[in-house]
Amino acid sequence: MAERKRNWDKEDDLPVYLARPGTTDQVPRQKYGGMFCNVEGAYESKTIDFDALSVGQRSSRAAKAADKKEGSKEGTSPDSERCSPGTEGRSGERQPRDSGIEIKTTGGKEILQNLDDLNSDRLLIKGGRIVNDDQSFYADIYMEDGLIKQLGDNLIVPGGVKTIEANGKMVIPGGIDIHTHFQMPYRGTTTVDDFSQGSKAALAGGTTMIVDHVIPDPGSSLIEAFEQWKQWADEKACCDYSLHVDITHWNDSVKQEVETLLKEKGVNSFQVYMAYKDLYQMSNSELYEVFSFLGEMGGVVQVHAENGEIIAEEQARMLQMGITGPEGHVLSRPEELEAEAVFRAITIASQTSCPLYVTKVMSKSAADIISQARKKGNVVFGEPISASLGTDGTHYWSKNWAKAASFVTSPPLSPDPTTPDYLNTLLASGDLTVTGSAHCTFSVAQKAIGKDDFTQIPEGINGVEERMALIWDKAVVTGKMDENTFVAVTSTNAAKILNLYPRKGRIAVGSDSDLVIWDADAVRTITAKTHNSAAEYNVFEGMEFRGGPLVVICQGKIVLEDGNLHVTSGTGRFIPCSPFPDFAYKRIKARKQLAVLRPVPRGMYDGPVSEFSPMSRGGTPSASARTSPTKQTPPVRNLHHSGFSLAGAPTTEETPIRPAGRRIVVPPGGRSNITSLS
Amino acid sequence: MEDGVIKQLGENLIVPGGVKIIEASGRMVIPGGIDVNTCLQKPYLGTQTVDDFFQGTKAALAGGTTMIIDHVSPQPGASLLQAFEKWHEAADKKSCCDYSFHVDIPHWHEGVKKELEILVQEKGVNSFQVYMAYKDLYQMTDTQLYEAFTFLKELGAVVLVHAENGDLIAQEQSKILGMGITGPEGHVLSRPEELESEAVFRAVTLGNRINCPIYITKVMSKSAADIVAQSRKKGSVVYGEPITASLATDGTHYWSKNWAKAAAFVMSPPLSPDPTTPDHLNTLLACGDLQTVGSSHCGYSTSQKAIGKDNFTLIPEGTNGVEERMSFVWDKAVAVGKMDENQFVAVTSTNAAKIFNLYPRKGRIAVGSDADIVIWDPDKMKTITAKTQQSAVEYNIFEGMECRGGPLVVISQGKIAFEGANLSMQQGAGHFIPRKPFPDYVYQRIKMRNKAMAMHGVSRGMYDGPVYDIPITQKYITPSPSAKTSPTKNQPPPIRNLHQSNFSLSGPQADDNVPRRSGHRIVAPPGGRSNITSLG
Repeated sequence: MAERKRNWDKEDDLPVYLARPGTTDQVPRQKYGGMFCNVEGAYESKTIDFDALSVGQRSSRAAKAADKKEGSKEGTSPDSERCSPGTEGRSGERQPRDSGIEIKTTGGKEILQNLDDLNSDRLLIKGGRIVNDDQSFYADIYMEDGLIKQLGDNLIVPGGVKTIEANGKMVIPGGIDIHTHFQMPYRGTTTVDDFSQGSKAALAGGTTMIVDHVIPDPGSSLIEAFEQWKQWADEKACCDYSLHVDITHWNDSVKQEVETLLKEKGVNSFQVYMAYKDLYQMSNSELYEVFSFLGEMGGVVQVHAENGEIIAEEQARMLQMGITGPEGHVLSRPEELEAEAVFRAITIASQTSCPLYVTKVMSKSAADIISQARKKGNVVFGEPISASLGTDGTHYWSKNWAKAASFVTSPPLSPDPTTPDYLNTLLASGDLTVTGSAHCTFSVAQKAIGKDDFTQIPEGINGVEERMALIWDKAVVTGKMDENTFVAVTSTNAAKILNLYPRKGRIAVGSDSDLVIWDADAVRTITAKTHNSAAEYNVFEGMEFRGGPLVVICQGKIVLEDGNLHVTSGTGRFIPCSPFPDFAYKRIKARKQLAVLRPVPRGMYDGPVSEFSPMSRGGTPSASARTSPTKQTPPVRNLHHSGFSLAGAPTTEETPIRPAGRRIVVPPGGRSNITSLS
Repeated sequence: MEDGVIKQLGENLIVPGGVKIIEASGRMVIPGGIDVNTCLQKPYLGTQTVDDFFQGTKAALAGGTTMIIDHVSPQPGASLLQAFEKWHEAADKKSCCDYSFHVDIPHWHEGVKKELEILVQEKGVNSFQVYMAYKDLYQMTDTQLYEAFTFLKELGAVVLVHAENGDLIAQEQSKILGMGITGPEGHVLSRPEELESEAVFRAVTLGNRINCPIYITKVMSKSAADIVAQSRKKGSVVYGEPITASLATDGTHYWSKNWAKAAAFVMSPPLSPDPTTPDHLNTLLACGDLQTVGSSHCGYSTSQKAIGKDNFTLIPEGTNGVEERMSFVWDKAVAVGKMDENQFVAVTSTNAAKIFNLYPRKGRIAVGSDADIVIWDPDKMKTITAKTQQSAVEYNIFEGMECRGGPLVVISQGKIAFEGANLSMQQGAGHFIPRKPFPDYVYQRIKMRNKAMAMHGVSRGMYDGPVYDIPITQKYITPSPSAKTSPTKNQPPPIRNLHQSNFSLSGPQADDNVPRRSGHRIVAPPGGRSNITSLG
């Protein structure tokens, strides 16, 4: 542990000429106009930071030195000096505290000034290394009103600010879990994690925004369901949230509702199902219609990709073979069916020029299809989930029914134990774009609905709390992924797809102050005893994850510090998403302009046309009528042929008996040339 | 050769007197070609292909093909058996070379199963085609395909798949017609090759699930061929059949200014507009990723094609190719050095004989095999033109192409059918060749896998924990919005709820992290049930 810490220190001790861009020379974008700064840019680059230039110096010290100078220069606010971490800084210079951070509130006068200081939304993070998806740099962050107001080295902040001394730890944008099912109704029961419990778990894991799926019942109104979910979430959610709406059936009124949701309600992503036969599943034609409609309206289509028809057959076969336990779940949903459906979805999406988002990428083969399609230029995003990145499907064969059942989700976890590693690699290389958790927890008693029939087991696993730490552990610690990509896949890309970027998913002036101070070295063992979800089983039980949040700031408030959660149910806001996210649609728009199909201008065909029975395309063959005018023998021969047909197919719905095809219809002349149509 | 069978093979044979001797003078003698895909009597909207069994087999013999396997296409709703008999009779009367039949399955229900059984066991048909395209006509759903594959596998038949996604094609067609594109280019625009590869992928997936061999007819595009090749590498039992047209020409002609020419190329799946396609397919054929070559010869006259002059969806689909098949494979693959002559024999004849259980009677020159032999001239140059062809169609899609290699002498059933430029054949001389199910080439692996793939349940003790009580009658009931039925403790009754929301302002509760499983309505499972293992 200590050794690791030292390594980390070394990394930060890089001489300035090796440091990342932005550590010293860059002047980050800064918003001025704070209480004590009336001249814009007045202090810009006027403070020479000698410490930052000296080789081999701790950059945290540089930041502190700068702070001190700034404090004295400001002068107007003596309290800021007090709150700057002079005392702690000196001792912490050589031996940082265990946690490595320190949170200070102002004392004395400020408490009097801000009586509700506990909820004060003025917050300053000092000396953190800010990690965005594109770069990392050292800067201080000042937040107010739930927004990031200033970012830079020598911030001028008002007094009475709660200060967090990050001591060089990473400060990352709060995670966005793009796929959750909190409080999901299932057959008269609901998942054990409601919005309060679920978002609490999310915050505990460093996720500051969730996107939940609204699942209307087939046949019911999408908008009503949406309002219902929104109401549930408004009452209870502790963090910001947004909603996907699942399209469980398709007709014209649904179309209307989808349009309303897109244009007025702030939903820009809709999920369709290729599985769950006779329930949610859609036919290819319906998918085509949904895709082309959403492609026009600027929505993002999410698909649950599994071939439901084959699954239904396989399930029946498994049950017939006497396999009723959870292993039947994975046996009846082999990963090929997932890959097949992904392939089909991509084909449909490329036909309809609609961006595609594949939820829950669980297997190597499905991920491969996505990365191949991306190489061919399709606009497709893949979302692996915590479970597929962290564990595998061998547990379905566990002797413990309750344990095996707790892994049941669709598509199932792949029994191939190399899958998580592979998916993490693709995530790191950018072939998979975002990560969700598909957090959908049922208690063992609920899972036991399917104790005699695996098809009845409610599907869902946990993962919202473990998501960030798991990816850090599996991808960043192993050297597959850098910290910037980590931010991209846990937060930024999701924000871009939802069209919330840069409000979410980035640390920048004007963004929401959803931040996480990340401890790259914290080690935590996952167990159901200590997790924040209400589920009795954790699919990651006993796994050790390195990395975890030290401080989580949500809406400008500290919700996690020293391992303690301070959350308030109902503080989460609904964040509306607007259509046509650039991340997905820029390319689509350009392609649409290019891909205009044109007919060939050609002269009218004026040759002979053989007669045919227009009503029956492919209908009854008039058995032997040879109607071709070419090279064919005269009607006498025809009679000969018809003699044949007696023995032939019984043409039940009979076509009118025609004179065998001699009549050749010359097309009416004078018709306009076909070119005039174009 | 005697009585249509090869009797002796070797040097210095002792033969009876009065034997006709052909001096091959070192030229190649190869087994006669087998064209695995022809449609010589395909009905369309009340008309029929202009090449019937006589015309078609004549063309086949002229090209060095001594056996065809034709598609019986019953109409949806019609009896498969009756259709088979009808085709059989027509072929019997007219065919000049040996023939056999695939039967297309246009619809799926219990009655069809019976007929299939009869066809396989009594009629000598071991291959059946299913369609993934032609929506509302021949197309089958995935469920039907699953059932059909399962059933055919048990019969030991080979499943032929016409692989295109019919649902999407229907959508694309109406879109393209709506844009005012009515000419043959609409055909290829509405059937992009992605839809072909998608369907191939789906068919292979189904085949893998059921452990059933799949034979993809008419591989027309690079992407579809790649899928076949990839899945073979993953171990799937799948075969791909490119056809003459896809090996020799491409789909750029759909944009021809001449409507009749453009229409002559109309077939499904369409020829790919990518001009590098033929080359790619020949390469895959040479390396063994594709196995057989058909022609999908289905000749319609221009006036028949003109049924669709104002609407490309009505153009009857089919191209020629039975006559040119062998020569083009030679020209495009052997003459350019991609393929050796043995592989040439394999793809034009032997593989087909193996897959469809005709080997070694057909597809091989050996004692006891049928005397279907071709003396091949690798240097013969020929320019393809509709004027000199045997087929009755006015447009030859290979018009003007020069092609090296061709048959000098074709011997069918022990008789010389083609020599120099003279065809001498007899209408009705062809025999129906019955084929047995379970071809070794295809089914040996399947049988082993069946044994290896047996699945077992996990034997575990009976779950005796609590079970959540659900209203059994209402599966997927509409959730009554506020009815919170979760049994866990975090959802106190509504009144309490208000209280709690005030409460939590002050931060976390001591017991927040303790998952309470205050059981609520939990039904103990009925005791005394047999252990789950007894089921498995």
